[in-house]
Order: sequence, then structure tokens, then C-alpha cells
Amino acid sequence: MKRIVVRGARVVDPAGGRDEVADLFIEDGRIAAPDGSTSGATVVDADGLVVTPGLVDLHSHLREPGREDKETIETGCRAAALGGYTAVSAMANTDPVADNAAVVHEVRDLAERAGMCDVFPVGAITRGLGGEEMAELGEMIQAGVRMFSDDGRCVPSTRVLRNALTYARAFDGAVIAEHCEDASLAEGGQMHEGYHSYSLGLAGQPREAEEIVVARDLALARLTGGRLHLCHLSSAGSVSLVRRAKAEGLRVTAEVTPHHLVFTDEDLRTYDSNFKVNPPLRTAEDRDALVEGLADGTVDAVATDHAPHAVEEKETEFDQASFGTTGLETALAAVLTFVVGSGAMTLTDALEAMSTRPARILGTDDHGRPLEPGAPANVVAFDPAAEWVVEPPFASKSRNSAFLGRTLRGRVVHTIYRGELVVADGKAQR
Amino acid sequence: MNKHLLSIDDVTAEDIVRILDTAESFREVGTRVIKKVPALRGRTVVNLFYENSTRTRISFELAAKRLSADVINFSTSGSSVSKGESLKDTALTLQAMGADAIVIRHSSSGSPLTLTKWVRGSVLNAGDGTHEHPTQALLDIYTMRERLGRLEGLRVAIVGDVLHSRVARSLSFALVKVGAEVTLVGPPTLIPPDAPGWGAQVSYDIESVLPKLDVCYMLRVQRERQRQQYFPSVREYARLFGLTSGRVAMLPPEALIMHPGPMNRGVEIESDVADLPNSVIEEQVTNGIAIRMALLYLLLGGARDARPGGVSDLGGDEEEAGT
Repeated sequence: MKRIVVRGARVVDPAGGRDEVADLFIEDGRIAAPDGSTSGATVVDADGLVVTPGLVDLHSHLREPGREDKETIETGCRAAALGGYTAVSAMANTDPVADNAAVVHEVRDLAERAGMCDVFPVGAITRGLGGEEMAELGEMIQAGVRMFSDDGRCVPSTRVLRNALTYARAFDGAVIAEHCEDASLAEGGQMHEGYHSYSLGLAGQPREAEEIVVARDLALARLTGGRLHLCHLSSAGSVSLVRRAKAEGLRVTAEVTPHHLVFTDEDLRTYDSNFKVNPPLRTAEDRDALVEGLADGTVDAVATDHAPHAVEEKETEFDQASFGTTGLETALAAVLTFVVGSGAMTLTDALEAMSTRPARILGTDDHGRPLEPGAPANVVAFDPAAEWVVEPPFASKSRNSAFLGRTLRGRVVHTIYRGELVVADGKAQR
Repeated sequence: MNKHLLSIDDVTAEDIVRILDTAESFREVGTRVIKKVPALRGRTVVNLFYENSTRTRISFELAAKRLSADVINFSTSGSSVSKGESLKDTALTLQAMGADAIVIRHSSSGSPLTLTKWVRGSVLNAGDGTHEHPTQALLDIYTMRERLGRLEGLRVAIVGDVLHSRVARSLSFALVKVGAEVTLVGPPTLIPPDAPGWGAQVSYDIESVLPKLDVCYMLRVQRERQRQQYFPSVREYARLFGLTSGRVAMLPPEALIMHPGPMNRGVEIESDVADLPNSVIEEQVTNGIAIRMALLYLLLGGARDARPGGVSDLGGDEEEAGT
């Protein structure tokens, strides 16, 4: 019988409505009833730490199979565990594409072997991400997939997306997740279109490239009654559209990345390609609307859009650099520093947006649950006061972080995944 | 002066005057039989050209050679670049070879700034993507000052594809800095919507602007933009925004006609117009060498002990320069 006792932590449990100093008892992979006994247990001194359900990411690019030079399931999971995640979603744009059960099984097997967090494979909506033929959603559902996305692009055909939203209604909990970007309007765009793109001489992507597709997709959610999730919102207008759709009762959820909650297009003044992300960083007004949307629940979850890239894909001419920033190792600290630290959200609400709510979107009972006896022991303990500078080495194979060089407050100390200490004293154990 | 010249942001209004004054003293060198001074003897200038531009490269090459610098031309064809070497690796190689200045022309905006992360020498932007072309702006301003005797209060229209023009960006930023009044003219699809933020005015009607101008600066319009649907046809563009002889008649008689070249005769400028006496397009080219000499000289520390315009003491050493 394996036991862990986490002593003296501030337990912040958004789903269970708790915020108190308490001991947490873990036995055989589950939260146990507190019995005061530490005999035979690994005792973790958590004085001064916050203990909360393990974080859940809706949006990671783990790159395996296909681009193992950027990331593997194993290195991605280690980065996730160090960042306090006990579950991540692996996007489908691998090579081969996760548009069939075989690739889904492969991803799950590799994750199980790594054993550092749960990996939920996201299936492609269309075959080969081609946007034309629906992938075998049902077969992937049977292989355990809950979320489908052609992330990297939207489904361009309104008819195909309509049918996917409708077809997926056959499967309880299936979610169609859209990367909202009008391809012809955004074509060639290197950053947000506005004052800075014009003066930097970089082709821009207007907000409307996102908002047009958000509006279209919400209309299709209304038409089909389908379950829609909107990835990485970046504009104030998108937040308003989602707010209205929710008020109307549409079945829609949305996510925002830590970098969109922190940075703006002004950060691209130095042509630093680590700020080159898609959707692009927009203005302070957009950023503030995203924070507000997250705080009032319009935006349900924080998702990393962890997008590792090889050094040579980033250290190059700006318009030739790949889009994306890593995020798993910095997301919690970024949210604590800039969103909780600024007073825009309470700690409990922020943690809810990083665990309980994304877990609900994925339809998993193993994460984001109240820390009550019987619940799977997926838990993170972090030091809310620890300051650190974001710099290599990273557990991720890549180092293209938009937060590089920044000082963040809040650092993961222990991560317990299914009752095992996979991160102890800030070090990965596997 | 900054160590680099990446954009007009790198220079103040005072710097601009100093650069123009320095160029003034260098221009005389170009009129000598032996067109050379020893100011940068022993220094190495690399022309790193990722985009074909014969005129800008030759202008920089002549400028460096007239200052007695060693010049290396490194262009995309026939170099390791065409074998797929990255900008970073090329930069590190040039650094290892001891380049004192790198003049870079690149189709990607921001590449000169990116280059400064990997080299210790000065970097001069010879045009980057749709961002800036600061040496062109400075030679244009030099030409305006020389012909019109002042910069403050000059009324300048920049006509054409402002959106994609690095020349228009640098020129309007620089003109605003020295107190000129800039109007950007073109179809709304080719004018940045935030142009008022640059300190410039905007007009979509060239004929309403012409009578008040001191300088009418025409930009090259690429036929590519028609294919991208920025305007319906080249013919319509020429009719609405081209500088025809009829429109030249609306200009005040002393007004200058300028163009950064290469011209699309018959599109943005009628062929005869380019050859009128108040067209100074060839002078722009001549002045380009003097401006680039001044910039290399000032950036490479040849000016460490120099006063504005104080380069005459370097000009007399023809005997040595000729060796």
C-alpha cells in the first residue's frame, strides 16, 4: 500500500469549494480519508505551498509522431508535469495526422510508457486535415478521443463543418474544436494588423480574420445544436461574440492562452520571433478583454497552445520563422504573475480555469475533481511566492518561449500523478 | 549616432542634418579625377544582398571603395546562401572574418535588426522587405535640400503603393522628423489605414494635392499588386494615380519630380515626365553615393574625431588614395 501525506498545505480546491490549510492523504493512487497517521507514508512538507487539483491542458502540440526533433510525447509530458499538469491534450497535426484510431492508440501508448501525465489525443475533424472529408470520428471516439480539431487552420467548408458538428452529436461528450482563422484574409499575415504591423513592414492578420470564423461557427452551432469549442481566442470582438452566444444558450466553450493574456503586438517591435504566434498577439485592448472574459467565465479555460519548434525554425528571418511558443512549463506561473497578481482574478478562479473547467470540457472524471476521498490523486503543489527567471534548460526539447528572460512568480514544487510523485522538489522523477 | 542604421528611428533630426552635411563634403570627392579618400583604409565592408538590386549594391560598393575600404560582395547567387545556409550561419561566418560593417538587403522585414544579434560590426539597412530603406530616404532628403534650399515646411506628396513601400516608410518618417509636411497619395487599398499615426496626411485624389507641392515623389507600383486585387487594372491605376504631363502642369513650376527607381514608365510616371528638367531622378542616384559614404564614415567611427562637415582634412591625400 503506497501512501503519501502532504502536510500543512493551503488546499485550494475550486470544485470542492475549499481554501484552507490542511493535510492531504493519498493512498493507492487516490485521495484518502484523513486519519492523521503518517506511518509507512512518504511525507511531503508543503508548508507555504498551495495544493490544488493537477492542471489540465486542452491544447498542446507534442509533435510525436513526425517531428520528434521538436518534442516527443515523453519530453512533452515531462514539461507538462514540471508545469503542474496531470493531463494534456495532444493536437492532431502530427505526421501522420491523428485522423484514425491507429495514431490515437500510438499516442496513448507512448504517453502511458512515459507515465508522467495523462495524454488525451485530439482527433482530426477531416482526413489529413484536408478540410474536405470527415475523418472517422466514431472510430476515434471508441479509441478514447473526446475532442476533434483541425488546429492550425479552421474547417474552411461551412458544409463540412456543419456535418461534423451534426454527426458528432451521436457521441456523448464529443467536442468539435475550431481554430478560427479566415485563410484568405489572414494569408501571409505575420502578426496582428495594426499600427505596429504597418510600421514594421510586416503583413498583418486583422482581428476580423478570427471574428468572421467565430461568428460563422457560432451560427453553425445554433443550426446544428452541436458542441463547439473555440481555441485560443485573441480578440475582444471574439470574446463579445462568445458572450452573446452563451447568453443565448448555445453549447459553446472557449479557451485563451497565457501569452494572449500577457503580451501584445507591441512586443514584436524587436522582431523577436518568439512572439510570432498564431493567432497573433493583438492590442492591449484585446488582451484586457481576454482577461476580463476569462474572469467572468465567458472564456472557460486557459490552454497553453504549447508549440515547440527547432532553434533554426525560430532563429531566422521573421517572415520565415514558424508560429508558436512553448507554454507547458510557464503557463501556471504566467497566470499567477499577470492575471492573479494583477488582481484580475482570484487564485481559486484562475485554478478552476486551469483544471476543473478544462477537465469538464474533456469529459474526464480523473482530473479537476474535488480533492475528496476516492478521487484519483492528481495533484500539484506550488510555491506562490517563488520568483524565477524563464531560461534554459527546459524539459521541453525546444526553447522558443515568449516568456524567455521574464521573471515570473509561482513555481511548481511537487506534482502527484495517479498517486505517484512525478515531480518532487521541482525535479522530474521520471 | 547609433552604431547601426536599421531604420529612421535610429537617427534624430540633428543626426540627419549631420549626415547631409557630411555627404556634402564627400560629394566633391566624386567630381575628382581620382575619386578616393583614405578614410576607411583597412576596414572591411560586406555587401550582403539577399535580393537583386544592382543600383543599391553598386552605390554602396562605390561609396565604400571611395573611402578606401575593402569591399566584399556577398549575394545570393553563387554563395552558400543558395546552398541553403541560414542568415545566422552566414552572419557568424562574416563575423569570424572580421567584417566592420555589413550592408544588408533582404526581402524579409526586420532582417537587419535580427542580424545585429549575431555580429559585432555596424549593420546598415539597404532595404528590408516592406519595412524601411533609410539610406534611400536620406539621399532623397539630401536632394530636396540641395535643390530647394530647405527642408522645414516643404510640402511633399508620396504617391503610389505606400503600403508595401519601404521607401515610403523611411522617407515619410524622415521628412516628418525634419519638419516637412507629408501627404500620402494612392488608392485606399495601398495606403496604411494608420498613416495619420505617422504624422502624414492622406489623400486619394492626386489632382487636389499637386498645386500645393514642393516635391512630388512617385513610387514604383508592382504589377503583382494588381494580381493581388489591390486595384482593378494597371491601366486604371495609371489613369487615376499616374504622373502624366497634364498633371505636371498642375504642379508649381519649381516643384521637383522624384522617383527611387527603377521606374515603370507608363504606369506611375509618363515617360516624357521622367525626363523633364525638374525631374531629379538621376541626381538622386549621384547623391546616393555621397550619402552612403557619409553613413559608412560616420558609423564606422571614421568620424570619432570629426566635426559635422569636418572631413575636408581627409580629402587631400590623393597620392595615397590612388595607390
